[in-house]
Amino acid sequence: MTITLGETVTDFTLDDTDGVPVPLQSDAAATVVVFTCNHCPYALQWHDRINAVARDHADAGVRMLQISSNDAERYPRDAPAAMAARVRAGEFAGPYLYDATQEVARAWGARVTPDVFVLGGDLRLAYRGAPDADHRNESLNAGWLRAALDAVLAGRPVEEPVTKPVGCSIKWK
Amino acid sequence: MGTGAPGTIELLYWEGCPSHPQAREELGKALRELGHADADIAMRRVETEEEAAQLGFCGSPTIRVGGADPLPPPPGEPTGLTCRIYWTAAGRPSPTPDPELLRAALARLIGTQAKEPNA
Repeated sequence: MTITLGETVTDFTLDDTDGVPVPLQSDAAATVVVFTCNHCPYALQWHDRINAVARDHADAGVRMLQISSNDAERYPRDAPAAMAARVRAGEFAGPYLYDATQEVARAWGARVTPDVFVLGGDLRLAYRGAPDADHRNESLNAGWLRAALDAVLAGRPVEEPVTKPVGCSIKWK
Repeated sequence: MGTGAPGTIELLYWEGCPSHPQAREELGKALRELGHADADIAMRRVETEEEAAQLGFCGSPTIRVGGADPLPPPPGEPTGLTCRIYWTAAGRPSPTPDPELLRAALARLIGTQAKEPNA
């Protein structure tokens, strides 16, 4: 299953690293959902760029939820304790949620880490893909994600609403 | 380790990680820069966790020169079907080896092997 552009996304509530349930629903002007993880070099290489977007847009009412859906038994670096350690270290500009059943990743059609989804305030999908064109080039500054957010916040269609997500496959159980 | 005869250059990879084409390209470039433009790179696909364990495969891509990893993983690194994390000279994570570090490591390995016939 996957979500198509303009479609209202599948709702969820997932626990953050403190065990607090965090719902998707909110009054945010836009929401960014990023499927990510601890062990993937692509996710790690893009991580600072993605979280800089969250920090830069927080005052504009943008909310970012980052989700790990990987099988933590086979990939212990993605276990909840390891997720919590990164949050305590200040690496995340928003909640880091654990999709233990992988139901959210399956419902959303997430394929890799990182896989970026941008939603409008109505929770309709406005952008899906990579943060920018090259995981190696920090100067790209998550430009595709930033452009999508700028469009959503301005009430405009996203010029390039779909790009190919690049990264490690989600580790299914 | 020991997955190949001395002098054999292998690139072990797992299809679930998209980094091996870039690694193949950069490995070839490093070999050319070291004067080994005619060196063959054997692509070896790793398909199961059991195979990964047997090969000491800690993630994709993994390069072996004569069975030796030019940029060996940390001791105790688990094997498995995953993307391997490399670190650049600047200390940043990367899905492929830092080209400068790779070239320097290859130069050491290939130089050592060139002396082996007389050893």
